[in-house]
Formats: sequence, structure tokens, C-alpha cells
Amino acid sequence: MSYRFVVNGDQVDVEVPGMRRLLDVLREDLGLTGTKEGCGEGECGACSVLLDGAVVDSCLVPICQVDGTNVRTVEGLGARAQLNDLQAAFLQTGGAQCGICTPGMLMAAEAHLAAGGSSNDEAIREAIAGNLCRCTGYTKIVEAIALAAEQRRAAHDPA
Amino acid sequence: MPVEPPVASPRSLAEAYRLLAADAYRPVAGGTDLLVQITGELGEPPERVLDIWHLDELRGIGVDADALVLGALTTYTEMRRSPLVAEFLPALDEAAATIGAAQIQNRGTVGGNAVNASPAGDMLPLLLACDAQLVVGSARGERSVAAGEFWPAYRRTALAADELLLRIRIPLISERQVRFRKIGTRRAQAISKVVMALAWRADQASGSPWRDVRLALGSVAATPIRAPGTEAVLEGAFPDEPTADRAASMLASELHPIDDVRSTADYRRTVAARALHRLIREVGGW
Repeated sequence: MSYRFVVNGDQVDVEVPGMRRLLDVLREDLGLTGTKEGCGEGECGACSVLLDGAVVDSCLVPICQVDGTNVRTVEGLGARAQLNDLQAAFLQTGGAQCGICTPGMLMAAEAHLAAGGSSNDEAIREAIAGNLCRCTGYTKIVEAIALAAEQRRAAHDPA
Repeated sequence: MPVEPPVASPRSLAEAYRLLAADAYRPVAGGTDLLVQITGELGEPPERVLDIWHLDELRGIGVDADALVLGALTTYTEMRRSPLVAEFLPALDEAAATIGAAQIQNRGTVGGNAVNASPAGDMLPLLLACDAQLVVGSARGERSVAAGEFWPAYRRTALAADELLLRIRIPLISERQVRFRKIGTRRAQAISKVVMALAWRADQASGSPWRDVRLALGSVAATPIRAPGTEAVLEGAFPDEPTADRAASMLASELHPIDDVRSTADYRRTVAARALHRLIREVGGW
């Protein structure tokens, strides 16, 4: 079957079985390997992407349901030479450790920030509750998201 | 890569009915259960899948004359954001917030939870305690199944092979109170060790005794169940300490959970009784 959707601003057409996981289409068919597979069963959040702005586990989304949607992956946040504010905040606070959970953490955090998410510790922890970090370095990840939230607020509403 | 069975993506309910009348399909809604089950590691994958995600007839939250109506494809996120849910059944919002985390809440649906028929399905005790009606349909027409008859056995539903769950009607009953409790390993991403919903009617102002009490639990039997013995203890009673003691002790004696990977029978029985005791204490304000 043929499916058409937008990935990081570019329209793509893929010819794949309809039950192929969005995760596999991204990594294997489109070569976008920034999205990681952890558990493959919706427990760890490593494969998180934004589907029409909502954070989802791409291992649980069949491509037949992606037709006509807008997908954003970690590759769509910033470029290597020009990280976005959230990515820069992860570097600044040490929120990126071994790196395997980082793309998923970034996407869950991006969804939180895009929804006007606060820098409140409890709110951030709920926003990333579906993302496991096996380095268990959650404190620095939460600090990174809080920092980016503050920066966006300041940019949006200069006091 | 996991198994990729053939899939049909009908764009209307009529088209879905036609497909179901001709062949056996396994429906997929948000995929949070099915995509785990078709990895090929958990038994035989389905031969054919019916993608119902695009059936707008199965979406939406509304209130009619006497019920809150949830389309089968209503996601947990939609329940949490719904002003109607907040106004008419806040316990549903509370329950939805305990499911998975954002990723699962954005995709998982109340209909999927019901049809997946896991004994640990977190919405199911709530549907039982609220006397929900599950409206199902096929090319043969629609019918309504009471929640108490929808899960007849372990991982079974009352659905015929050609039927789809369309919507869930939760009657809105005057003076009814509903409480929800879930006990898992952590607050997010946990499958329940015990989940319960308690509903009763009482005149809040005059502090009348409880009536029409419903206590339903999940993860303590092969299906979601009611606890009739405990309901009888609470019926006509006030939420005071002696009542809570009697109800908790009755619940511990009428539950027969099993040991499994998530918990032990002992733990489930003890915690269910204690959670109920605490819930009654909170309501009673003592």
C-alpha cells in the first residue's frame, strides 16, 4: 500500500505494508535513525515522535494510521550546527547522558513546551513519565526542560 | 521486524460492517495493545486487521438526556481534556490520568480498553460501577450490552465476530458519587496490581445513608468483577469507621486473586481491603 504524510516539513510517499510500525518506516524506509527502539512495546518512550503535535510511541503506530498526518522526529528539532533551544538546554545541564533515551525525551519535552508547559518540576515529570532513562539521570533532564521552558517564556513574554 | 498482517482501513462505518460481514478481522484502534500483541512473540498474530481509526462515527464525547456518551475511539487524552467529563464524571478523568503516560494517553481508547478485555483494564471497573451500557453494531443492526455482561470470561467479550463496539453510555444518576483507585508499581506506565471503582447514591446535604452501592475491581480475578458481599455491607450504611472495618474485612474474604508476575494474591487482597477502607474514611471525613 502507498501512504503519504509529512516528516519534518517534507512530504514523503512510502510503499509499505499498512501494519508496518511508524518506527520501522522512519528508521528502515526513510533512513531517519534518530528515533530509537528500546522496548518495542510502549513502555520506554525511546521511540517517541510527534504525530500531528501529540507525542506517541512510534513502535505502537501502524503506518496505515499515519497517512495524511504530520510527523516530527528528533531530526526535525534542529540541525547539528544549530541545535534548538531544548537540545541546547540538554547539553548545558548535562541532560544528555548515554544518549539512547535522549531523542524520545526531547520529543516528549517538546510536546510539553509546545503546549505551553510550565517549568514546574511536577508538570515536567508528568510530561516525561512515559520515557525511561536507564542512566537514571532524570534530575538533569528535568533541569534541561525547566531551563528551556523558562527561556521560551522569557522570549514569548519579555518582562 | 514484527509481523505485518494485511490491513483494511475503511473510511465509513458501513464499509467496516461490509468487511466484517465477509471475513474475520481483528480491529485496531490506537494500537497500544494490538501492536504489542502482533510482535510474533505473544502467540499467533491475527490473519487480518481492520483499522478503525478513521471511523469518525466512533468519535466524540457527548451528553444526552440521561447519559454521558463516549465514542469507542475516545482517547484518554480526550477524556482528560473534556469539560463534559470534568462536569459529569470527574472519576473518569482521574482514571484516564493513571493510564500509561502521555504517549499512551494520546493513542489508547476507552473502546480499545473494553474490547481488549484484560482483567487489568483500568477503565473496566469504572464502567461496571457506573452501570455503563456498551453499544455494539454490525450490518445486522445495533444492540446494547450491560457492562456486567460484556466480559463473560478471561479476555472474552460479548461481541460477535462481525460486531464493533461503537460507543459507551454511562447513565447520569442524581446524587451519585464515584471514586476510583489504582494501585500499581509506580504512578505512570504501570499495569494495575489492584484497581477499583466505587459508586453510591446519597443526599450530600442531609448526609443520608448510602444506597445503590456498586463496588467493582480489576486485576483480582479473570475478569473485572463486582464485589456483591461488600456492596451489601455498604448498602444502607454511613461511611463511618465500623462500616469501613466491616466492608474491608468482607472484601478481603470475598476476593480470590492469584499470584502472578505483577503481584501476589495476598498483597492484592490486603491492599484492596486497605484501599477501600481508606476511601471510605476519606469520604466520611474521619
